[in-house]
Amino acid sequence: MRFFLMTLFAAVTVALIVILNSTMVLPAPLGKLMSPQHGVWQNAEPYDLDYNATLSFPQLKEKAIVYLDDRLVPHIFAQNDEDALFIQGYLHARFRLWQMEFQARAAGGRLSEIVGPDLINFDRNQRRLGMVFAAENSVKEVEKDPELLAAYNAYTAGVNSYIETLTDRTLPLEYKLMGYQPEKWSNLKSALFLKFMALDLAGFEEDFEMTNARSVFSKEVFQKLYPIASDSLDPIVPKGTQFAPEPEPLVIPESAEETYYDNRTTNNITGIKPDKSNGSNNWAVGGSKTQSGYPILCNDPHLGLNMPSLWYEIQISTPDYNSYGVSFPGAPCVIIGFNDSIAFGFTNAMRDVRDYYEVKFKDESRQEYWFDSAWHKTEFRIEKIVVKGQPDFLDTVAYTNIGPVMYDKSYTGNRNTGNKDYAVRWKAHDPSNEGKTFYLLNRAKNYDDYLKAIKNLQVPGQNCIFSSKTGDIAIWDQGNFPAKWYRQGDFIMEGDNSDYFWQYNIPQEQNPHQVNPDRGFVSSANQLPTDTTYPYYLGGNYPPYRGFEINRRLYTMDNITPEDMMKLQTDNYNLFGEIAAPEIISRIPEDQLNDTDRKYFEALKNWDYVNAPDAIAPTIFKLVWDELYKIIFDDEFKATGLTLAKPHNSTLVDIIKRNDTTFTFYDNINTPEVETLEDNVAAAFKKCIPTFIQLEKEGRLEWTKYKDTRVQHLARIDALSSLHLYNGGGEFSINATKEQHGPSWRMVVQLTPETDAYGVYPGGQSGNPGSRYYDTFIDHWTKGEYYKLWVMNKADAGNDKVKHTMQFNPSTN
Amino acid sequence: MKFISSLLLIAILSYVLGLFLPWWTIAIAAFVVCWLIPQKGFASFLSGFLAVFLLWGIMSYMISAANHDILAHRISELLLKKDNPTMLILVTGLIGGVVAGFAALSGSFAHKKLRRR
Repeated sequence: MRFFLMTLFAAVTVALIVILNSTMVLPAPLGKLMSPQHGVWQNAEPYDLDYNATLSFPQLKEKAIVYLDDRLVPHIFAQNDEDALFIQGYLHARFRLWQMEFQARAAGGRLSEIVGPDLINFDRNQRRLGMVFAAENSVKEVEKDPELLAAYNAYTAGVNSYIETLTDRTLPLEYKLMGYQPEKWSNLKSALFLKFMALDLAGFEEDFEMTNARSVFSKEVFQKLYPIASDSLDPIVPKGTQFAPEPEPLVIPESAEETYYDNRTTNNITGIKPDKSNGSNNWAVGGSKTQSGYPILCNDPHLGLNMPSLWYEIQISTPDYNSYGVSFPGAPCVIIGFNDSIAFGFTNAMRDVRDYYEVKFKDESRQEYWFDSAWHKTEFRIEKIVVKGQPDFLDTVAYTNIGPVMYDKSYTGNRNTGNKDYAVRWKAHDPSNEGKTFYLLNRAKNYDDYLKAIKNLQVPGQNCIFSSKTGDIAIWDQGNFPAKWYRQGDFIMEGDNSDYFWQYNIPQEQNPHQVNPDRGFVSSANQLPTDTTYPYYLGGNYPPYRGFEINRRLYTMDNITPEDMMKLQTDNYNLFGEIAAPEIISRIPEDQLNDTDRKYFEALKNWDYVNAPDAIAPTIFKLVWDELYKIIFDDEFKATGLTLAKPHNSTLVDIIKRNDTTFTFYDNINTPEVETLEDNVAAAFKKCIPTFIQLEKEGRLEWTKYKDTRVQHLARIDALSSLHLYNGGGEFSINATKEQHGPSWRMVVQLTPETDAYGVYPGGQSGNPGSRYYDTFIDHWTKGEYYKLWVMNKADAGNDKVKHTMQFNPSTN
Repeated sequence: MKFISSLLLIAILSYVLGLFLPWWTIAIAAFVVCWLIPQKGFASFLSGFLAVFLLWGIMSYMISAANHDILAHRISELLLKKDNPTMLILVTGLIGGVVAGFAALSGSFAHKKLRRR
């Protein structure tokens, strides 16, 4: 009996341990997780944790020192570049390892390995797009460049030297929660991360949706719905600028008119898409417009708002250079920032550098494809996707002379018709060395150095803004862009001949740019870089409003101070509202409104077009506009049974303002009556009233509550995110803060002899949710406040701001 | 007296083993102590349970206090769907306590079996 009881209770104990040590029964291994000596409690850093350390590494050449200030920003002082970047790698890993690895995994399509079969399609999409192929090509370029290779090697060694110190207990929290271990870092992972940014910034395309649209609308209607430029365009390079002609004329295929423009083949693809409004603002004002007489450079890249943040603030100081700004955990150098001579920043150039071609294979085996009147051998790349809890998934991807066949029978990406094969031509596949841009910018001293640095930037194309202490301001719409003929690449193209191929790249010196213009400022906010006299086709995905508003303000501003620039960056004025709201208000039949309706109508009528956090008018405007848009387009669009590209909001408001009587979409095709714009506006407003009432009851009619900005943890864990932030702005405001997207780093740099810089990002320097530094900056960022950026001199070691000191010594073994 | 000394021994042994070995060595600690020090079944369970409940509870309380409960707020939200650090600390103790309790119980029966031989 006793033996039986002993065995029974021993069995119960073992069973409990097994249950609490695994995820077989419980969603989390609670025993392992909650043990104070092993689990998540180990990640609860003491509030006053001492980061002081003396560390030795055989890879270091000389002694170096890192001062951590009161915001946990590291100030690295190293004797040479490799040591500095080794330390940067070490610090990135020390404070952001999980995020670095997670992002590299996401980039390379390796999430199923840690999450499970739900993400197989995500992984396949990344692999088929050739993300790893692209990163490998990039590494090859780095390896040809000894200087940069040394930099990458040092960075990677720094990351790995931290990973080597980790034990099960000291693993970052997310590894424990998700139950996996970090891998060694590599130069390929850094390259993958940069390709991830390329995908985020230069991965937007609507080729299938546009092809569908072109197949159902007449040429005239199509042109009306999908124009190139908005009426509100104020391009990056002002209208009227003279451009040199193309070096050789672009040959438009003869068949374009009938087969390309009038392609009746339809496809329905809804792939994974970057946020359409991955945009940004940047501008630089020259000394003639500032109070100090020195230039001021400003930048706020709009990206997904995540925790841990995409950005990590850092100062890197060596005898050669002294740079300060934000870096990408996962890559060496400062990415947006300044040094003792210049400042630099970026906005997205929005060019379409990703096009699809239909491939003709000889047979099912796909061993050969037809191209320029001959069969050619296909190459295959077998992608092995490791899946948690399941056997590996093997995906065979065919490669033709165009690139990877992204969509085929085995992977349709939600396409509903056809057994066709589509290869993707993506500029990011080409060998390039983007890392060199930042490497050189960190040590650039003047305009020439800047120009030399940015010439390495091929994909993603960026509007590179520049300013120097010697008074220069400049902007280059830089990238390696294919020279396209009108509408080339907007639709799926023929892949069996070279007629539709990109013919050559736009010569770099023809990229739109401006240097020290008379108007005293340069700026960009993702608008079309030029007017339509530019000799090449630029595509049609450019938001016009932020750029217009920034320029309108900068034209009139004088005696500018950094504070003025901070105010401008956080400005909530909604230019789209200014243009569109009066069109709505004037068409709402006031005499037919009851008291409830009237309350909301009055709010809209009295709106000052500011997306203030506590205002209700922005919510009312957005809801009515979106409803109006649906009423106008949904009937015709749904009747096609296809996924069509959506016309831009700016396109619709331009049509309304032009009083275009030939525009037929106002009529609802499902009713016998012929509706007018007035009918649509009245219907939209009426339809929104119950929503207004409901939102008001729930206390969510105020713009900030309706918008409900959050900074979300990368693994989408709410408990590790910052939710319900109180702020204004929105898509059409300079302060482009949306639900989970917005200014990811606000920076204002005045290039006085002693640099006067300010910045803030929504996050914190530590990626550990158990650290007080995890979300330190969120509050400041939400309120639109900035930190003064402290460019430290080594002599400042005794300053009160220095809270911790890390000594890095070379070890001899 | 036996109860108190068992409890203390289990707690100390659990702590020491936990420094080097996986978390479930608390079961070994409880089993061994209750095997060596004879107690009634329920008393042994209680000594094992209380020892690790208190050990884990106090340790997590101290860690969390030093952390100003920053992580406990987030983890309780995540695991318990409730922002309650105290409850997270109690749950921590409970998990360790139950495992150690059953291990202790099983150990006490092992002891009696050996003595009878």
